[in-house]
Amino acid sequence: MMDSIQKTLLEQVADLHEVPQGAYSIRVNGSLAGKNDSENISIVQKTDKPGIDIYVKPGTKKESLHIPVLLSQSGLKEVVYNDFHIGEDCDVTIVAGCGIHNSGSAESEHSGIHAFYLAARAKVRYVEKHYGQGEGTGKNVMNPTTIVDMAEDSYLEMETAQIKGVDSTVRSTTARLASGATLVVREKIMTHGTQFAETEFTVDLNGEGCGAHVVSRSVAKDQSRQSFRSMVRGNSACTGHTECDAIIMDDAQVAAIPQIEANHTEASLIHEAAIGKIAGEQLIKLMTLGLSEKEAEEEIINGFLK
Amino acid sequence: MLEFQNVSYVTADGKEILRDVSVRIADRFVAVTGPNGSGKSTMAKLIAGIYRPTSGRILLDGEDITQLSITERANRGVSFAFQQPVRFKGITVKDLISLASGKKISVAEACVYLSEVGLCAKNYINREVDDSLSGGELKRIEIAMINARGTKLSVFDEPEAGIDLWSFGNLIDVFRGMYERTKGTIIIISHQERILDIADKVLVISGGTVSAYGSKEEILPGLLSVQSACRAIKGASV
Repeated sequence: MMDSIQKTLLEQVADLHEVPQGAYSIRVNGSLAGKNDSENISIVQKTDKPGIDIYVKPGTKKESLHIPVLLSQSGLKEVVYNDFHIGEDCDVTIVAGCGIHNSGSAESEHSGIHAFYLAARAKVRYVEKHYGQGEGTGKNVMNPTTIVDMAEDSYLEMETAQIKGVDSTVRSTTARLASGATLVVREKIMTHGTQFAETEFTVDLNGEGCGAHVVSRSVAKDQSRQSFRSMVRGNSACTGHTECDAIIMDDAQVAAIPQIEANHTEASLIHEAAIGKIAGEQLIKLMTLGLSEKEAEEEIINGFLK
Repeated sequence: MLEFQNVSYVTADGKEILRDVSVRIADRFVAVTGPNGSGKSTMAKLIAGIYRPTSGRILLDGEDITQLSITERANRGVSFAFQQPVRFKGITVKDLISLASGKKISVAEACVYLSEVGLCAKNYINREVDDSLSGGELKRIEIAMINARGTKLSVFDEPEAGIDLWSFGNLIDVFRGMYERTKGTIIIISHQERILDIADKVLVISGGTVSAYGSKEEILPGLLSVQSACRAIKGASV
């Protein structure tokens, strides 16, 4: 049974009010609180280290898997290894997320190490939300590492969001794509107070006709700091695009380094980066619709991170 | 009723844009025209509160709104359509029309406003108001927002600029419809004869001052010849 704090965390990270339908694994305070296999998705607890192996049978369509992690015990630190083995021709949605409620003074930390192995033609939508709360002085720390291995003509869409309450995060994602594979990454980050967020993507476009879009949108408020680095390497006839778009406010700092490297004459790569404050004319336009300056600012940020 | 009392506006670098402008706008549909750089857009921004007068007062229905903020004026019923509409990443057409109307609106309601400005609603309703929209599309959405607000005073800064002639007739219909529905005042800055032609009154701004204010019958013939117009207009009642 989950208490109300844990239920709030669950709602924030997975949009769930109770245990979900279908396959799921819920980890609460460092141990498995419940899991359910479906006919096509099996979840096996690792024996050599914390974490799970997830096996999705070839040909599984229109199924979803939820794997939220909740930490409500202050000072808990854990490293969890989750491996996703997605069979050929699958079409599945995976909803992951981590919610920390830290009411104490000790630092709570969750480091999820996720590895995705997509077989040929597998299609996966992966949604991950990170959220922190708590009245304590202890910091909420999340350091996710994601490793992606994509076979021929597979497709992975990663939507990651960290909007509130995470004091420090270092996110590292590496991906290797075989021919015809497509990777789409949409990252959204908002930092405030003295938070720190660093994200790093390394994508190797190895197979002919593969492609990647790595796009980050972020808002940095107060004295927070952000760093975005991406390296998209074109090692074949491929297309790659990496983009970072940040709104900077108050005394925040943002660094963006979207890097591209072509090792093949048929590689077509584009990078973009923009950092700036909210445009004055955007605020004015919304104020002429009757919004206060603060409401206008919120509306612009909400839209930007939608 | 909108009234400018001895309004002057000087930019931060000392350039005088409007000089001692006094005019009472009691008519419901007024077209403001005049040469480029004469101060028309500045006048519109002074009404919306984007600029504050260097001296003088602005009254709306007898209330002095000179010191009111943009938001306060908006909430008192002032709407302003930008000459160059603003783009927003992530904010959709439906979001903006909802914000403009001040309430959550249904897709069907949003569609009505979009159809009025000649946009096929289902193609636009969920589009982001960003670089993917053309200048003409943005102008139409800008007009749809003002229509959705339906306030007692709507100011349009060159609404026809960037809109193709094919649909210009529709635009005239939009203003006519707004005129009927809102029972409010519409002020349109325009160089288009067809817009001047449907206005109750025409206000001519030239060199930072009001050079004429009168019915289109009084003003339009004079505008055909700039040189003679200037003399004729100066003789007209302001």
